[in-house]
Amino acid sequence: MNESVLLFSVLTILLYGVGTVGCLIYIIRPDGAIHRVASLFLLGGFVSHTLGLFLLILRIQYAPVTTLQQTLSLFAWAIVGSYLAFQLKFNIRILGTFVSPLAVVFMLLSTTIPVHLLPTSRLFRSFWLNLHVGTMFLGNAVFGLAFCAGVMYLLQERQLKHKSFGLLYHRLPSLETLDSLNRTCVMVGFPLITIGLISGFVYAGAVWRSYWNWDPKEILSVSTWLIYAVLLHERLAVGWRGRRAAIMAIVGFGAILVTFLGASMVLESHHRFKAG
Amino acid sequence: MRENRYLLLRRRAAPGLRVERMDRIVIVGLNHKTAPIDIREKFAAVCGDGTSQLQDLAQFQPIKEVFQVSTCNRMEVLFTTPNLDQGIGAVVGFLAGIYGQTGAALKPYLYTYIDQDAVKHLFRVACSLDSMVVGEPQILGQIKQAYRQAVEARASGVILNRLLHKAFSVAKLVRTETRIGRSAVSISYAAVELAKKIFNNLTGKTVLLIGAGEMAELAAEHLLNNSVERIVVANRTLERAVALAKRFRGTSVPLEEVVEELSRSDIIISSTGSPTPILTADEVKRRMRSRRNRPLFFIDIAVPRDIDPEVNRIQNVYLYNIDDLQGIVDLNRTDRLREAGRAEHIIAAQALKFESWLRTLEVVPTIVALREKAEQIRQGELKKTFGHLEPLPEDLAASLHLLTQSIVNKVLHDPILFLKRTSTKARKEFYLDTARQMFNLDSDEPEAQGEEDVSLDSREAT
Repeated sequence: MNESVLLFSVLTILLYGVGTVGCLIYIIRPDGAIHRVASLFLLGGFVSHTLGLFLLILRIQYAPVTTLQQTLSLFAWAIVGSYLAFQLKFNIRILGTFVSPLAVVFMLLSTTIPVHLLPTSRLFRSFWLNLHVGTMFLGNAVFGLAFCAGVMYLLQERQLKHKSFGLLYHRLPSLETLDSLNRTCVMVGFPLITIGLISGFVYAGAVWRSYWNWDPKEILSVSTWLIYAVLLHERLAVGWRGRRAAIMAIVGFGAILVTFLGASMVLESHHRFKAG
Repeated sequence: MRENRYLLLRRRAAPGLRVERMDRIVIVGLNHKTAPIDIREKFAAVCGDGTSQLQDLAQFQPIKEVFQVSTCNRMEVLFTTPNLDQGIGAVVGFLAGIYGQTGAALKPYLYTYIDQDAVKHLFRVACSLDSMVVGEPQILGQIKQAYRQAVEARASGVILNRLLHKAFSVAKLVRTETRIGRSAVSISYAAVELAKKIFNNLTGKTVLLIGAGEMAELAAEHLLNNSVERIVVANRTLERAVALAKRFRGTSVPLEEVVEELSRSDIIISSTGSPTPILTADEVKRRMRSRRNRPLFFIDIAVPRDIDPEVNRIQNVYLYNIDDLQGIVDLNRTDRLREAGRAEHIIAAQALKFESWLRTLEVVPTIVALREKAEQIRQGELKKTFGHLEPLPEDLAASLHLLTQSIVNKVLHDPILFLKRTSTKARKEFYLDTARQMFNLDSDEPEAQGEEDVSLDSREAT
């Protein structure tokens, strides 16, 4: 069983890798066929990734989020999944070029960290914990897409403002499309992480008899939530859009990464993943 | 000599059904590079109705399939003929008839392309590489229209049908693989292209036209064609504003109210003769809040400039002046030249593919002759055998038929594969000749001699 999990993660990385290379070639050669093949590889990687995660869950009997290795892999899975879902609505071909390297980096990071499974603990079998983990991951993955949309917006806006048009000008969609992708992502992601935070508090209350423990990760998560809350509020109330919204989405995702990696590895926390 | 021996196929009135191996593909034509306007317009005037001419053309004896396209910049006659000189002579004569002069007088303006060159030329025309404005999209539609007429007049046949369909797919390939048609080569196109990179689509957007001028009107017209919702005209003289508004089915406002209009407009085209800027960065910035930061796109065509250059620094505001737009146009011109180079590569590769299809046509008669010869032998031998025997039960006779058929098929299988493969070989003529001699396909026996009908279907069946 252990081997098959490993096999699937290697297969997944290979498929994502080829897909990413295809997406990068697509920048230089805007060939629809190249993009289709690259998308197929990403889809294949996603399927193999899903199977691998499924096997892992069967084996450990709880959500695979107790080690940093599992978490990164799950994050990559959520990003690719939400990319494929958003692609159905927005159909922005070039988006894959920005999303797929993210997935590959996360997957590679996840395999370089040695696997060290925890014994099954009743602590991990809780509806609230599963809800907490599920919504947090999906929300953060959708914010990952918003981050990509933000980067693409800044690149495209720079070309339009400075009137110097590079290779990406023709490939990147219009500013309005990128801005609306950013808006949709934030509007989908915000309720998700809100549910994630609330269910986390409920779970903490049940396990540690205290909703708030001044855990570094708790503080960082709430700060991240605040960043997106501000972004969403300004968008809806004041009509923020474009450059500022793009920068906010990038800053917000930076905060997610800090919460996710930094706090887990460096700071003392009950959220800390067992990294070997 | 060899050519005549291979002319196995009978010519029919309907050119589409029969293929003669040695048919040549020819284009005779003139375009904006070879003929001055006063000659081109004679053809453009007469060629309004292509159908009747196609039938005229098809009457000429050595011409089998024919297709003709005429636009204001070109006149092309594409045809197949077994006899080059006579065919070309006939078409030149036909063109001279339209021109109202002798063929010799017209000749300096004509070009002639044969076989591979003709195929390439057609592809280049369809891909708009041969156009006055390289990359303009209309020519493909004109060729498609002309082809429809040719099909209706039954003037095109196996070769031209295939060739024109190939030309359409090559044009599509070039369009998707290169950026030949993507870049704007005029200022008003460039403005529309930029607007699309900012707004995605222009449906529901409002254009504010400040001042009037040829270039501004042209840009407004292009934007209207791209389904802009509303045009508002502001001008110093009221009559002019009202007249323009009427032309664009828009509204007019006094020049003083331009600043107010900023809240409701998305694209502003300015071209007044004012010596000082008419919009300052401050005025624009103050309107952004009431617009809820929706983007504003300024196109300043006026010299001296109407709009404060600082406007470009405001968030969600994009300002382009005449030099910026001209810069894009110049850039696009060089871009198109480079893309044209890539397109030529695609065309050369596709022309080769068409050539190899043509070659497979040349093997067909030999394969068919071989099959027919074997079938005759089989039938003959069966007849003889059945003659010697008592009348056989039906199932036994059927088995004998099947047996002989499968023997013949098995024996012929490899030679036929070999022949098919020779169609791409350099020494194809030699191999074909050997095969015909080996199986004695050109003997004096009446059944194998002279003219045989070969339809393309039999090729499919092999």
